[in-house]
Amino acid sequence: MYSEGVDNSKRQFLTSALTVVGAVGTGFIAVPFLSQMQPSTKAMAAGAPVEVDLSKMEPGQMIRVAWRGKPVWVLNRTPEVLETLATLDDKLADPLSNESIQPEDSKNPMRAIKPEIFVAVGLCTHLGCSPTFRPEIGPSDLGDEWKGGFFCPCHGSWFDLAGRVYRGVPAPTNLEVPPYRYINDNLIIVGEEQQEAAA
Amino acid sequence: MKHKITECTDWFLDRFPLTKLWNDHMAHYYAPKNFNIWYFFGSLALFVLVMQLVTGILLTMNYKPDADLAFDSVEYIMRDVNWGWLVRYMHSTGASAFFIIVYLHMFRGIVYGSFKQPRELIWIFGMLIFVALMAEAFMGYLLPWGQMSYWGAQVIISLFSAIPVIGDDLSLWVRGDYVVSDATLNRFFAFHVIAVPLVLIILVFLHIVALHEVGSNNPDGIDIKASKDPYGVPVDGIPFHPYYTVKDIVGIGVFMFFFAVVVFYMPELGGYFLEDANFIPADPLKTPEHIAPVWYFTPFYAILRAVPDKFAGVIAMGGAIVVLFLLPWLDRSPVKSIRYRGGIYKKAVLLFVISFIGLGYLGTQPATPTATMFARVLTAVYFGFFLLMPLYTRWEKFKEIPNRLTEQPSLEDRLPGWIAAADEMVPKTPVTDEQGQTVEKRRPNTAAIGKVLVRNAKKLKESLD
Repeated sequence: MYSEGVDNSKRQFLTSALTVVGAVGTGFIAVPFLSQMQPSTKAMAAGAPVEVDLSKMEPGQMIRVAWRGKPVWVLNRTPEVLETLATLDDKLADPLSNESIQPEDSKNPMRAIKPEIFVAVGLCTHLGCSPTFRPEIGPSDLGDEWKGGFFCPCHGSWFDLAGRVYRGVPAPTNLEVPPYRYINDNLIIVGEEQQEAAA
Repeated sequence: MKHKITECTDWFLDRFPLTKLWNDHMAHYYAPKNFNIWYFFGSLALFVLVMQLVTGILLTMNYKPDADLAFDSVEYIMRDVNWGWLVRYMHSTGASAFFIIVYLHMFRGIVYGSFKQPRELIWIFGMLIFVALMAEAFMGYLLPWGQMSYWGAQVIISLFSAIPVIGDDLSLWVRGDYVVSDATLNRFFAFHVIAVPLVLIILVFLHIVALHEVGSNNPDGIDIKASKDPYGVPVDGIPFHPYYTVKDIVGIGVFMFFFAVVVFYMPELGGYFLEDANFIPADPLKTPEHIAPVWYFTPFYAILRAVPDKFAGVIAMGGAIVVLFLLPWLDRSPVKSIRYRGGIYKKAVLLFVISFIGLGYLGTQPATPTATMFARVLTAVYFGFFLLMPLYTRWEKFKEIPNRLTEQPSLEDRLPGWIAAADEMVPKTPVTDEQGQTVEKRRPNTAAIGKVLVRNAKKLKESLD
């Protein structure tokens, strides 16, 4: 570059100024470009709460509903199941759900507002496969250790019927419990928290 | 008329350096004269890239990137579009062929030291091509919107969520929705048909520019530019055109033979090229019983599953690719070709190949406790090959390197030896037949077979020293 009789500090200043302005401009345009890849308003709206009618559920029955496109399980647990669940603590990684995601009112050993009705997002906390519902005790393929629960076919994670993860499996935490509340005894709404409604 | 054509040609050549480009990269580009079968895979990769671009463009004309229409539009291509099945199977088989070729091409680089000084940048560009190719293949696999497309994408995108702090937001941003959905399909389509192919083409261009700057390595790993004739031409070099252009056309012919066999007779290749579960439309509420990625990702998938911790597993899987990038700096031996390297490197390469193929197999199988244990051992071997390399290559005792390229025995030279061995194992023995005549018949000789086997095993062992 020709530099005789040139005020180098001025040239340097102009170069730096242009670089800064260019960088700021790039930064500004990067915001809309990157954020248009975020979920759209429509996708967020599709996350609207879903009502589930419990009146026709048999004991031990599980139904699947879609909330935000995810499978959500609603399981009617029998007293025998609840009894078994209480005996599993020493085999579980997080029996008290300290590391797991759930609303405050489901942060109890049964992970539910009412122990009989269990609601969970049916996606494994490892890599997002949907575990299989296996309520039977000691089936031949899973062995005598199996006390009924959810088995993830992808990487072999074990969960009990409260969605609590066993020790020594790839999944790090218990299944997520979505926010939900009771409208009346036979109707729940998934996607709204108890407190929100009260307020 | 002829005069007019010459005038036109001159007009063009005055404005574009076609002659110079042709001479620099073809007619006066000197490549080592001793290329063997391993040197077909570079040109083959280029051929498959072009094939994928052409078939891909044709598929785009009938495919619909919409969660409600995608699966049916692929079936429409298969059943109702003229020759649609052919174009689709060429594209899906081409993806697997691309990876077979690229893996062999990379293996060639590892055994002949093609990644070493002064070709480190060629290796880096090549590795970037490999990463872009994996992204391209992964996003392409979502497009048919089958069960395996859907849950495979769900698992792989969830890998991002293992990253601490930003993980969940990052995977949400990649998906564009709370689960894999129409938004994900549509953006993967955009990446698959335009963004990644553009990057691939640019990287291939850089790979070749960097290669032509320093010239090709060869099976002897000897620099041909070290011995030049008075005109400055390497004595062991031959012009790329016509010698290697013609040779590569033969390679493409042989490749197309095998390719056609797969496309016409076994396009799914027993569930390895197109998985069975992918012929069922995506169901966001139900995961298939057994999910596995397509074969070319299984070695890395097996490493992911071998590690019992979610985040560490993702790190190990990424690390398995990062160590490949570092290869030029991990290998401390001054010798390039495996022909003149010490036994320890040959054995290390053998173990590496076993671990890679073993992991690839385990990645297709369900994760039973035994399989997981094997996967852990092989993962250790895989990383051992790379991470211990600075140590074992430093102590390596290598052989004397010739100054000029060597000549390997040709098929014709080897044939008499093989015939002699066959005669030894199945000698002609006089046998009396039903008519009472004595004829010579070949009868296997157990002792001789054992002897030949032992001799060859010894030879094999010596070749590893």
